[in-house]
Amino acid sequence: MALLVVKFDLKKRVKLAQTVWFMYWFAVLAGILVLSLGLFFKIELRKRSELMDNNESHFLPNVLITMGLLACGINAFGGKVCYDSLDPTKFAKWKPVLKTFLVFCMVFNALLILTALLCFIMRIPLQFTLAEGLKNGMKYYKDTDTPGRCYMKRTLDLMQMEFRCCGNDNYRDWFEIQWVSNRYLDFSAKEVKDRIGSNVDGQYLMDGVPFSCCNPSSPRPCIQYQMTNNTAHYSYDHYTEELNVWRRGCRDALLSYYGGIMNTIGALVLLVTMLEVAVTIGLQYVDTSLSTLANPEDIESESEGFLLEKTVKETFTDIMANMKAMGKGAKVEEGGEEGVATVS
Amino acid sequence: MALLKIKFSQQRRVRLAQGLWLLSWLAVMCGAFIFCLGVYLKIELLRRDEVMENTEIHVVPNLLMLVGLASIGANWVASRVCQDSLDASRFPRWKVLLLGWYAVAALLCCLLLAVVVLSYVLQGRLEESLKVGLRNGIRFYKDTDVPGRCFQKETIDRLQMEFRCCGNNNFKDWFEVQWVSNRYLDFTSQEVKDRIRSNVDGRYLLDGVPFSCCNPASPRPCLQNQLTDSRAHYNYEYQSEELNLYSRGCRQALTDYYMGLMNSTGPGVLSVILIQLSVLLSMRYLQTAVEGAMALETPEGESEGYILEKDVKATYADVKAKALDLLKFAQVDPASEAAGAEEGEKEAEATAKAATPPPAS
Repeated sequence: MALLVVKFDLKKRVKLAQTVWFMYWFAVLAGILVLSLGLFFKIELRKRSELMDNNESHFLPNVLITMGLLACGINAFGGKVCYDSLDPTKFAKWKPVLKTFLVFCMVFNALLILTALLCFIMRIPLQFTLAEGLKNGMKYYKDTDTPGRCYMKRTLDLMQMEFRCCGNDNYRDWFEIQWVSNRYLDFSAKEVKDRIGSNVDGQYLMDGVPFSCCNPSSPRPCIQYQMTNNTAHYSYDHYTEELNVWRRGCRDALLSYYGGIMNTIGALVLLVTMLEVAVTIGLQYVDTSLSTLANPEDIESESEGFLLEKTVKETFTDIMANMKAMGKGAKVEEGGEEGVATVS
Repeated sequence: MALLKIKFSQQRRVRLAQGLWLLSWLAVMCGAFIFCLGVYLKIELLRRDEVMENTEIHVVPNLLMLVGLASIGANWVASRVCQDSLDASRFPRWKVLLLGWYAVAALLCCLLLAVVVLSYVLQGRLEESLKVGLRNGIRFYKDTDVPGRCFQKETIDRLQMEFRCCGNNNFKDWFEVQWVSNRYLDFTSQEVKDRIRSNVDGRYLLDGVPFSCCNPASPRPCLQNQLTDSRAHYNYEYQSEELNLYSRGCRQALTDYYMGLMNSTGPGVLSVILIQLSVLLSMRYLQTAVEGAMALETPEGESEGYILEKDVKATYADVKAKALDLLKFAQVDPASEAAGAEEGEKEAEATAKAATPPPAS
């Protein structure tokens, strides 16, 4: 007993073929959309690859680009088949390929679902990459004279201003590294000598942050230096001061930015998957309705379309039996050869 | 002798109508494009409304929006006329409207040209408006506790960071204004008292700038305070330091930005003018060709299309005569009363004269 049988006459068949053809063209556009989303994500990752230590994984955008191209190809082919299905002579040349094509489509849909899941999961490795990259970036902030790192300062400053964040976890990360280049330090001054002497590595550490951490919404001019010293500034308490510098860490800011992009892409890929499943089902109906003509010579005769030839259980047992037969077939050959070898 | 005559066979007339129909729909989309351009320009001007003192420059986007809407309407009417032009029963009702349509289309072209001219002419007014607006913004930078001005600081900071500029003309504008609020000044300290006494108005002036003037491309951490004192910072030379702060003034930056916007829309507006003119000319040809065909005995035959029935001089003389006629018609009524009174007098004289001779005879 077949699954989800629908009766078709000529008019209904024509309408079905036209609808599925139309949907296939939408699906081609959806494939182009997935491709462009993959490209967009790739470009966004490249833009900030310096902050991720050039170590970021391009696996997800590459997968999206591949799936987009595959979707375009598959859907264009499916559309052509639907267009030809109204003409029996043209359809006859596609008939033998159609079964394998449908199986291929189902595999492709499963891969699409996996891609959507991947979009939501890849956030976690990204988090670690960002943490590493930002820590190193801050270390190289002062190296504006080292070739290869001379733009790190500008990149970090622009990023902190654009994403409204400061430091890795918060602004205190700047207290732990030397972000002022030695070229601008007067080593004969007492203050400099004190600070350098105060830690093991001989670094000029201070309780100050770069100007790009400053928050324009603050009612008072930005306090960048001697931030932990309440007496250094009039009417200032660094425990209660909230608006002076950005309180958010850049790792959080970048992660939520990329996370938002990935969530949107994942949702869109799920929608595309639903469209793909719909067109696959449509093509299955087109195929079966044209194969079960009551009178094969007369195209105006009635036919039945179904989703599966037998019920789900029977189809499953059939597939398992086929696979076992194929496995036994391989074994039988080996056994036969051995038998032959032993006989001779 | 008509101006720019062209012969039209039936097939050519049909082609002209179809082509004009397509062209008028293209012109509708151009009108929509002009409208969107006006909206975009208006939004960009409104975003920086706080640093502009007057809204004279808004006439450019307002005109663009008006012309866009009018152009959509006029070209939609043109497409309807095209659809009806090949049907002899439906075309005559458009005849009266067409003269008005030509006037509207010509007016739209003139307005678009005026927009292009205005966008160049108003540059000076824009600069003036920005100069005053920015000066006020810098003066009220410190008033973050005064209602109505409390966002000036944030506005100016974001403006300087986004447009990469500092001050009105350059960063020295910040030296002349107190930009630190009195709430954050310790009036018991010697330094503050010195600075306040050093000028007539008792303002806390310093040779420093806000953080938003800092240039991220500078190789050294930003120097904001004591900018004119080369000894206050190690390895710092005030005269030769170029990358520390943004060197451009915000007035220049904003003017360049808006002029760039308006210049880049110039070619688009000019091509829309050309499209509108071609719609106008094609419509005139179609009208005269179809009217000529309807007047023929065989409507399928050849007719002539022209722009003006006679040449320019003759048409001008005609128009002048018509206008004078209209004026004379207005004057005829008082003149005819006087004429009527004269005639009455003449009759009376004639009867009087007729009355007198009999006594002689």
